Amino acid sequence: MSSLPLSTAQSQFQPRLAQRRFWGAVFMVICWLLSLVSLAVLVSLLVHVWNEGGSWLSLKLLTNYASVLNPREAGLKSALWGTIWLAVLTAIFSITIGIGAAVYLEEFAARNRFTRFIHLNIANLAGVPSIVYGILGLALFVRWCRYDESVLSGALTLTLLILPVIIIAAREALAAVPSSLRQAALALGATRWQTVWHHVLPAALPGIMTGIILAISRAIGETAPLIMVGAVGYIRSVPESLRSPFTALPIQIFDWTGRPQSEFHHLAAAGILVLLGVLLTMNALAAGIRAWQQRSKVQ
Amino acid sequence: MPIRVFRSLIVCLFFATLYGCGPTTPKKQTVRIDGSSTVQPIMTAAAELYGDKADIRVGVSGTGGGFKKFLDERPNLRTDISNASRPIKPVEVELASKVGVDFIELAIGFDGIAVVINPQNDWAKSLTMPELRRIWSRDGNVKTWKDVRDTFPDVPITLYGPGTDSGTFDFFIETVVGERENARSDYTMSEDDNVIVQGVSRDKGGIGYFGLAYFKANENKLAVLGIDPGDGVPVKPSLETVRSGSYHPLSRPLLVYVSTGAAARPGVQTFLQFLLENAERIVEHPKVGYVALPPEMYQLARRRLDRKVTGTVFAGARQDKSLEELFRVDEG
Repeated sequence: MSSLPLSTAQSQFQPRLAQRRFWGAVFMVICWLLSLVSLAVLVSLLVHVWNEGGSWLSLKLLTNYASVLNPREAGLKSALWGTIWLAVLTAIFSITIGIGAAVYLEEFAARNRFTRFIHLNIANLAGVPSIVYGILGLALFVRWCRYDESVLSGALTLTLLILPVIIIAAREALAAVPSSLRQAALALGATRWQTVWHHVLPAALPGIMTGIILAISRAIGETAPLIMVGAVGYIRSVPESLRSPFTALPIQIFDWTGRPQSEFHHLAAAGILVLLGVLLTMNALAAGIRAWQQRSKVQ
Repeated sequence: MPIRVFRSLIVCLFFATLYGCGPTTPKKQTVRIDGSSTVQPIMTAAAELYGDKADIRVGVSGTGGGFKKFLDERPNLRTDISNASRPIKPVEVELASKVGVDFIELAIGFDGIAVVINPQNDWAKSLTMPELRRIWSRDGNVKTWKDVRDTFPDVPITLYGPGTDSGTFDFFIETVVGERENARSDYTMSEDDNVIVQGVSRDKGGIGYFGLAYFKANENKLAVLGIDPGDGVPVKPSLETVRSGSYHPLSRPLLVYVSTGAAARPGVQTFLQFLLENAERIVEHPKVGYVALPPEMYQLARRRLDRKVTGTVFAGARQDKSLEELFRVDEG
């Protein structure tokens, strides 16, 4: 009985191999073109920025403070250190809270209407414009917590901004860990906490790290929320404590692009290159940790 | 050894946080400045020349945003000095008396607003104020240069200008058009004046306006129009014409406001005295690019600061009075 429809299907099946290969090739070409377009945009952007600011890159740019009177001697010292402070603090806050929240939601929380409501909210928060987080940070950290216009307020605001992204990425990574791993650990008498800490979390760490890299990269490129929480445009010092005033690379770049004299536009381009450098260093660091993790796991 | 790696990472991060919480070194006098992005280069240059004698911070929240911080309900969040590219508004004066902030008003320079066109535009050399009004107002219905003046060719006119949030827009529209509701909005507006430079320099029928410093930095790409205030003698903006007051009415005063509380602190006071003593070379520094006031004006300002004369001279002031006449009022 069952062989009848199969055989009719077989008889109607026409391989048309040439045609299928043709469309396959067309699709591949389209895919190639699309990836070339995005690459071309990136390369042309980089080339443009390099032409504008490449010759302005120097050690002075990293070690001098900003200058209006003497653009040739101007530097990014306070902005660079501000960005490093922000990145490190934001990483500390967002990684601990983000992974904690993801582990709870994925491994411990019951699946009921309430947790579904939380999931939905986190997903929506990931799409809220960053200036809104700036306003929230101003009300919550600067005014209510009385942290004033400090690097701590800035980092906490950026933490709020990227937490949803980190939680979603970490949850996906945890969900991708095969449940046989959990069952094996539990069957051998491990507690739920031991299972998560010794087996699930290490297995999910590469995926979690990818999410963290993307999120922190976004955070250090933000300008608007930092201006809202009171990052200054000009300061001749680097942050010394959590309560220090601060500025950041994107703010300095924004300030320079708006100036009338073309020297400052070159400085802005050089600043963009420095920001890209910081970003790449951080990503390389995280990728290095991830690779090391995976290698030590195999051994 | 993934666990050990993870743990040591957490410990490292923890100590990094602790280090951050450590005791801070004793502070120099701080001076907190915020407000107009137009005035910011002057204050930044002053802070730079002043050196490391004080910890000076300059923010760029805009004139209105700066006043909000200057007049904050919580005294410890208030700024010491507020930069402004327009006089303080009556509502802001009201707010000041409500929160109990007395302020001293100081003029530190002039900014001329240059009206620029494309260098290939060989017909327009100057415009009168009514012609400018027709171009920038809704009811002017200007589509081509011929609509501006009959002798001009029938070339489409393209407008470029600063965005509605900027103090330059406020000043220009108030001076040229009068009421804000009648200002045109069907043109390229940008918060970044360099976009206006680009636009006008690539468009034969283009016209735009911005601070004189942007014209001076782009003199090879743009041409500047003379403005006829009504007496038939058009004047082009330059250091000299703005300073002497003959480039009228498109120049505006740049002001700073300092609270009496802050002015009593030696750090703020010495910085402001330094600014007023060196104002001419700071304001007219080529990288700053504004126009200094006559020397007497800086002396007036220093006396004002010494005597702690509070309040604004612009309240109910007539538009045709010069800055010097306004500030002289409280003398004697």
